[in-house]
Amino acid sequence: MNANRYIARAADVAARMIGGEMMIMSGADSSLYSLNETASILWQAADGVTPLAQIVERHICADYAVDPATALRDAEELAQDLARHGILLLADAPVPDATLRDTVPPARESP
Amino acid sequence: MREMGAKALKLGIPLGVQLDLTYRCNERCVHCYLDHDDHGEMTTAEIRDLLDQLAAAGVFFLILSGGEIFLRKDLFEIVEYARKLMFSVKLKTNAVMIRKAKAKRIAALGVESVQISVYSHRAEVHDAITKLPGSFRRTIEGARLLKSNGVRVSFANVLMKHNAGDYPEVQALAAELGVGYNVDATITPMMDGDRSILDLNIAPAALEQVFHNSTLVGNAEEFCAPPSGPLAQADALDTLPCSAGHTACYVSPYGDVYPCVQFPLPSGNVRKTRFLDIWQHSPQLKEVRAITMADLQGCSSCTHGSSCSRCPGLAYMEGNMRGPSTQDCEKSFARTGVPSANLLRKQAATARQEPASGAGTPSPLSAKHTVIWMAAQS
Ligand code: SF4
Ligand code: SF4
Repeated sequence: MNANRYIARAADVAARMIGGEMMIMSGADSSLYSLNETASILWQAADGVTPLAQIVERHICADYAVDPATALRDAEELAQDLARHGILLLADAPVPDATLRDTVPPARESP
Repeated sequence: MREMGAKALKLGIPLGVQLDLTYRCNERCVHCYLDHDDHGEMTTAEIRDLLDQLAAAGVFFLILSGGEIFLRKDLFEIVEYARKLMFSVKLKTNAVMIRKAKAKRIAALGVESVQISVYSHRAEVHDAITKLPGSFRRTIEGARLLKSNGVRVSFANVLMKHNAGDYPEVQALAAELGVGYNVDATITPMMDGDRSILDLNIAPAALEQVFHNSTLVGNAEEFCAPPSGPLAQADALDTLPCSAGHTACYVSPYGDVYPCVQFPLPSGNVRKTRFLDIWQHSPQLKEVRAITMADLQGCSSCTHGSSCSRCPGLAYMEGNMRGPSTQDCEKSFARTGVPSANLLRKQAATARQEPASGAGTPSPLSAKHTVIWMAAQS
């Protein structure tokens, strides 16, 4: 497994955090996806320039008390799955253009 | 998608917003419901701030419409910012101003789709409706350019007297270009309540043809099935009239917020109040949200109650947002051949006012403002 992999949100998707779930619409065919909590964390951190290993260490291992090697393997599998659906890019080098989009503003909910 | 809507409804999130960027237009369509003067449109900075607020409120689907949106010099700045905030962006335009560079840019911005108004396959008919010579040629060229750049395009074909018989050819043109097609027989009153443009509605016979065309309405037999009676009492208490004010709303170029583009109930202005405060606390939106089907005077006991597409906005424009919308009564009649009590009452009143207009009871389909119908409207 390549520890220096990078993930970036695909440029043509729409996305919003709704009720604690990240909703994503694929630009290719308008399919809708909903990500669970950990997948949402990866998605939001996918700035194209931070290595996946670093994202996992910072955002997953720290908060979920999971061993780094397992977490990275799971994260890469998840990233590959999202990449297959065309909503995430997985690359061996940084994808700086992806930084155009900052983190997705979370939806505030009604009281 | 349904799940997403249900969740938004439960959480009180405005999932979809239509934002009109301008009422100015390069066309002067005979059926248009807008006043085209600029009464102080929001600036670029105001719109960017509003987009931030909409994203924070949870808006996912953003429709940018007008007027003609390409008359705004900052359109691409706005679309680019909206896409940076990851809205699903749909543009509504006449495409007259779209040339190669603009088509490329729209494609690069990952716009979800572009809806283009096309009235006829005949240039002279289309141009007579838009009152802009050469508009048909330019519109179709704009559509082709978008399509060739990989943008999802659909034609919105509004029907009126001028073009009532042209829709099969417009549909064929859409198929030839590989773009989507929606027919829309809805001529709505002007924003200021003027109902004179309703006279442009297509004739009853033409409308019936549209209703019975399965390529337009899906299963025509089902669509035109006899009325199945009022909604059951238990369902009527739970059923909401539509998404307006519940999971969707409309913002005008001047920052006014309404439940829907077709529901001009002033509910606040984003120049004075934060969007989320309006969405959550506006007394008008709260009132709209409080209405269930059980509260609808006339409609709750109507035989069309369970199948009617009653629009609360049109009912509001008629004077009572809890009342029937006569245009929808006409629609239900045209689908099924069964008049609602409200339609019969209106017909009787019209007959009393116009004693010289003919002998006997007029057919409900001879109503002055004939049927309104909106196809493929989700
Ligand atoms: S039914 Fe009328 S008010 Fe409701 S969303 Fe449709 S157009 Fe708007
Ligand atoms: S709008 Fe007219 S047809 Fe529809 S339910 Fe109400 S009264 Fe009946």
